[in-house]
Amino acid sequence: MRGAVSIDSVRKTYGDVVALDHVSLEVQPGEFMTLLGPSGCGKTTLLRLLAGFEAPDEGRLLISGRDVAGLPPYERPVNTVFQHYALFPHRTVAGNVAFGLEARGLSPAVTAEKVARALDTVRLTGLGERRIDQLSGGQKQRVALARAVVLEPDVLLLDEPMAALDPKLRKEMRVEVKNLQERLRTTFLFVTHDQEEALVMADRIAVMSHGRIEQLERTEALYERPRTRFVADFLGVRNLIDATVTAVDAGLATLRTRGGLVFRAADDGGYRPGAGVVVGIRSERVHMNGTPAGENTLPGTLDDEIYLGDRTDWRVRAGDVVFTVAEAAAQVRDRRRGEPVTISFPAAAVLRLEES
Amino acid sequence: MRTRRQAVLLILPCLAVLAGLFVLPQALMLAASLWQRSPYGGLVREWTVANYARAVDPLYVWILVRSFSLAFSTTLLCLVVGWPVAYWLGLRVAPRHKNALLVLVILPFWTSFLVRLYAWIFLLRQEGLVNLALGALGIPPLPLLYNDFAVMLGQVYGELPFMILPLYASIEKLDRSLLEAAADLGATPVRRLFRVTLPLTEPGIAAGCLLVFIPSLGAFLAPDLLGGGRTAYIGNLVQSQFAVARDMPFGSALSFLLTLAVLALLWVFRRPLRAASEA
Repeated sequence: MRGAVSIDSVRKTYGDVVALDHVSLEVQPGEFMTLLGPSGCGKTTLLRLLAGFEAPDEGRLLISGRDVAGLPPYERPVNTVFQHYALFPHRTVAGNVAFGLEARGLSPAVTAEKVARALDTVRLTGLGERRIDQLSGGQKQRVALARAVVLEPDVLLLDEPMAALDPKLRKEMRVEVKNLQERLRTTFLFVTHDQEEALVMADRIAVMSHGRIEQLERTEALYERPRTRFVADFLGVRNLIDATVTAVDAGLATLRTRGGLVFRAADDGGYRPGAGVVVGIRSERVHMNGTPAGENTLPGTLDDEIYLGDRTDWRVRAGDVVFTVAEAAAQVRDRRRGEPVTISFPAAAVLRLEES
Repeated sequence: MRTRRQAVLLILPCLAVLAGLFVLPQALMLAASLWQRSPYGGLVREWTVANYARAVDPLYVWILVRSFSLAFSTTLLCLVVGWPVAYWLGLRVAPRHKNALLVLVILPFWTSFLVRLYAWIFLLRQEGLVNLALGALGIPPLPLLYNDFAVMLGQVYGELPFMILPLYASIEKLDRSLLEAAADLGATPVRRLFRVTLPLTEPGIAAGCLLVFIPSLGAFLAPDLLGGGRTAYIGNLVQSQFAVARDMPFGSALSFLLTLAVLALLWVFRRPLRAASEA
């Protein structure tokens, strides 16, 4: 099946360090799959194994249904967009894009035509004769993309391709890369440590940590229902609370922190009375003052204010827990530190998490 | 911020060294080459171009051509032998072994070239170690010494570090992700070598070739000791004009022509050499 990637229990070690610990992953043809995780989680290693720069210690890798063990990089139906672009400085823009076509032995006429079309695709029309050191970061990024997609690979591997761009450009490139993928319908395997980047672009996200996949989910589902403390933390769930289950009754679990703060969570069937749990609550689901939003209403005091422009994060101390409460800029009112407030959140906003 | 005057001050020591050790001797040599030789080997300060007229005699032109071809083949051999060594040192060797191996490359410099050439004589002569070993295998002794082969061997041996070091410097700096990119884009190892690795190490190649070619052109030790003085190269010729024939004007003229030839060569290859100096 062209464009499918099948990773079967792959293990890779560097000396004593286990980079990949029996990772399995199925990528569908035409899918935009993102590997998300902090540096050292094994995501880049996985990409390098697929590209053929390194070989796995154990396990099998199938690309388009074919076992690629022993295949050198230049015989694999994949191409890579490198983190720092890896453009050839001794070649022009067109020379870079033509490199792979020349290696395939295409005629100069066909090569020139394909190069021109690829440059159009990445909006670099007419810049073919430029030297690489005359390009901006965003343009280099586009050349790197064009150089890889012009070869029409079964799978395009992207290794943190936007890490070197400034934030504004990065946001633009996200949309561009996403559009490119939708047009080409090529399988994209995209590696990043930026959760926002992953959310904007990916069809599915595999969150990786310590050489293993922590959670693999469709993007929206992952955002709404992180399964572990690590994933919740990495996806920006800012209220992570350790508590003990005191009762489970009528679809609601009652939780109590060590300091005696009591609140309720919607029971997903995983709460056991007497057991310790960790739960997460997104800061935008917690309301301050006004009409109580949901089952939990807690008194607290205002501890701190973090101004973020489009929103403000308030730190509210309630019992032994400091909650982070996000308020959109339009709703923010002037408040003083130490002021008593009431916070409220629905039981459904309390997500039960597993320890990683 | 530095003023213009400060910049001049900073460059002054360098200018003084160049003036005292390069421009002045060259000027003296140019003058000497235009003077005449006294019967006893001194200088007679009467202007003449006779030395240059003599230097373009086919006999001497032929010696110059032989010298160029020795320097050229020495450079080529050093490149062919040195590039794989530099590549291996730069990209293949484990980092912890690198320094030790680099020391091995420059270790020969701890001994005088003269002494090392005598060592080669012991290896290559008729009853030398190589022929003894061959004899033990029943192979008759080979004429290894006092010929062009021996001269070239000595030259390549002596100049090889000057090729390896600049090559190593440029290969070591090579961005490995470019090599990966080449393979990723479908280039076989051979294609990658000729389309990426070699073009990107061009500055090192240019620098190495220059550092080997120029001294080889004026070489006189290896031709003298390993060539047995039977084979004439421009370096020996100049040396013998000063030391044996006591004809300083003619020796100066030959030297000056050699300098001009090198300058012409530098001008021809100015483009890759500029890349080398920028790298």
